[in-house]
Amino acid sequence: MNKDIESVINKKLLINTSPRHGRSNMSGGRKWTVIKKDLHSNKYVYLMLVPVLIFYVVFRYVPMFGVVMAFQDYKPALGIFKSEWVGLENIIGFLTGPYAWRVVRNTLLINIYQLIFAFPCPIVFALLLNELNSRIYKKVVQTISYMPHFISLVVVCGLIRIFTQTNGTINAIASVFRVDFGNLLSRASYFRTIYVVSGIWQSIGWGSIIYIATLSSVDPNLHEAAAIDGAGRFRRIWNITLPALIPIITVQLIMQLGRIMSEGYEKVILLYNPSIYETADIISSYVYRYGLEGMNYSVGTAIGLFNSIINIIILILANQTARKISEESLW
Amino acid sequence: MIESRSFAERLFDIINVMLIGTLSLVFIYPLYYCLMASFSEPANVLSNIGLYWRPLGFSLDGYKVVFNNPNIINGYINTTINLVIGTSFCMLMTTIGAYALSRRNLYFKRIITFFVVFTMYFGGGLIPTYLVVKGVGLYNSRWALILPSAISTWNLIVLKTGFQRVPLSLNESAVIDGANDFTILFRIMIPVSKATIAVITLFYAVSYWNSWFAASIYLRERKLYPLQLVLREILISNTVANTSGVIDANMSESSLMGELIRYCSIIVSTVPILCIYPFVQKYFVKGIMMGSIKG
Repeated sequence: MNKDIESVINKKLLINTSPRHGRSNMSGGRKWTVIKKDLHSNKYVYLMLVPVLIFYVVFRYVPMFGVVMAFQDYKPALGIFKSEWVGLENIIGFLTGPYAWRVVRNTLLINIYQLIFAFPCPIVFALLLNELNSRIYKKVVQTISYMPHFISLVVVCGLIRIFTQTNGTINAIASVFRVDFGNLLSRASYFRTIYVVSGIWQSIGWGSIIYIATLSSVDPNLHEAAAIDGAGRFRRIWNITLPALIPIITVQLIMQLGRIMSEGYEKVILLYNPSIYETADIISSYVYRYGLEGMNYSVGTAIGLFNSIINIIILILANQTARKISEESLW
Repeated sequence: MIESRSFAERLFDIINVMLIGTLSLVFIYPLYYCLMASFSEPANVLSNIGLYWRPLGFSLDGYKVVFNNPNIINGYINTTINLVIGTSFCMLMTTIGAYALSRRNLYFKRIITFFVVFTMYFGGGLIPTYLVVKGVGLYNSRWALILPSAISTWNLIVLKTGFQRVPLSLNESAVIDGANDFTILFRIMIPVSKATIAVITLFYAVSYWNSWFAASIYLRERKLYPLQLVLREILISNTVANTSGVIDANMSESSLMGELIRYCSIIVSTVPILCIYPFVQKYFVKGIMMGSIKG
């Protein structure tokens, strides 16, 4: 009886029957026995994995293979196996076409603006909140600041439309200064500002959570010691608080860079209209409009692939840079 | 010297408090504006230019139209159904996946984990996914909103990490008592990881409440539209026939109400979440912290 229990526990807990032990050194027969043992003792686990793996195969990996459409002249009637192969024609057609420069430029610009203006805001907000003396005030403000995050994107864009319309609030305030902007969403030059500022409004509170949590884990003894040594508040912020934030800022920055090419298309689609395509159209929204709605599936897929590849390259570059400069990186 | 330092600091404190106070007002004001406008008389709403501090003439007309609008009511019902079914399904899939990958002695663990995590960095893209979902026969069906997004790999990893933190001794004693993996999962792992499970459930629930894009590309029948998609029509596409839900013989009547209806719809769709979020925010905050600790 004891031996049975022991062997069961051993099987489940890896003691001395670890399949990793010299797995690659095993002869074919030994390996197969180990696998059979594993399949038996973990049969329910593998059973659990079946629907999960089916999900990943059907909805994540099959579309990945669908990427070959980018190199075909895909016709729905012929399907993926019979459509004609055209190689790089789709992507070259896009890159040399009239819209490529526009959408790539817009994608990059909107993201650069976000990095410069929107990325620091939660950090600054967290720093300011950290300096508040009243705990209650801080808690209340935090709760209020989370609210915009929970408002759905559709409603946020609805609010933007309401405030930027010709008779809307922004013009009402501006009229005090004898300025009239007109319908702000129909002027291409205003779009990026509207997009970034509304993004800050929605995400500053939520984005500050992670920085506030990091700040509250800073050793208060450090601050006390510095104060005794005569450091004023600003010096303390510069020498203690900010360095504590650098690791988390680096990680957040890398993650933000990794999202550059894929983020924001829902908001762009909700806000844009033909008169502002010049600044508003980004790669993903163009794929949506031209590739999906316009049913140009091959070209759309090609552009999407182009987008994904650039995304990965940026992510890898950002991670490598972070690794060289500091010790923090995503992997 | 000491005095001027503390003067500067006190000044900073005062400015800080005022600045943060102003910011808080800016967070609240847009919804406050909508709230005030929604209770106003339709004619006043249309002609008003400027800020709202209180309703311009009290009237419930806007709400009457909104609550009688079959699209909005349908939208609410659809979103609720999708949320309940969707969140349950997501949690089921995510939990069994996370449990499986948290087991220590799985032979194929490394390769399966890689298989799963890789999808976070590369995907088929919008169009291939769209064609696959159509090809599987989910077009124009509620399940197109649920199945393709059944598992968020990020959430799965967070939960897997949570399961891995459960003390081994609990596992051991269960195994000695003759438990199989299903028993371990449902009787031990889940109850012990209640906090993490709650957080991930909330994440899924909120994303179902706010989702509109999948519905916009996969659904054709209006009666399946979730709330956010209906809102999109009212707030963004500005289709007049939909703002009143009734084909009006009198078009000027519709455009009169149009503006007011937008405000009422915003309030009606946002108030539920606003009432709930202060109470569950601590779960979300925890969730963010968990997610940022690399799993």
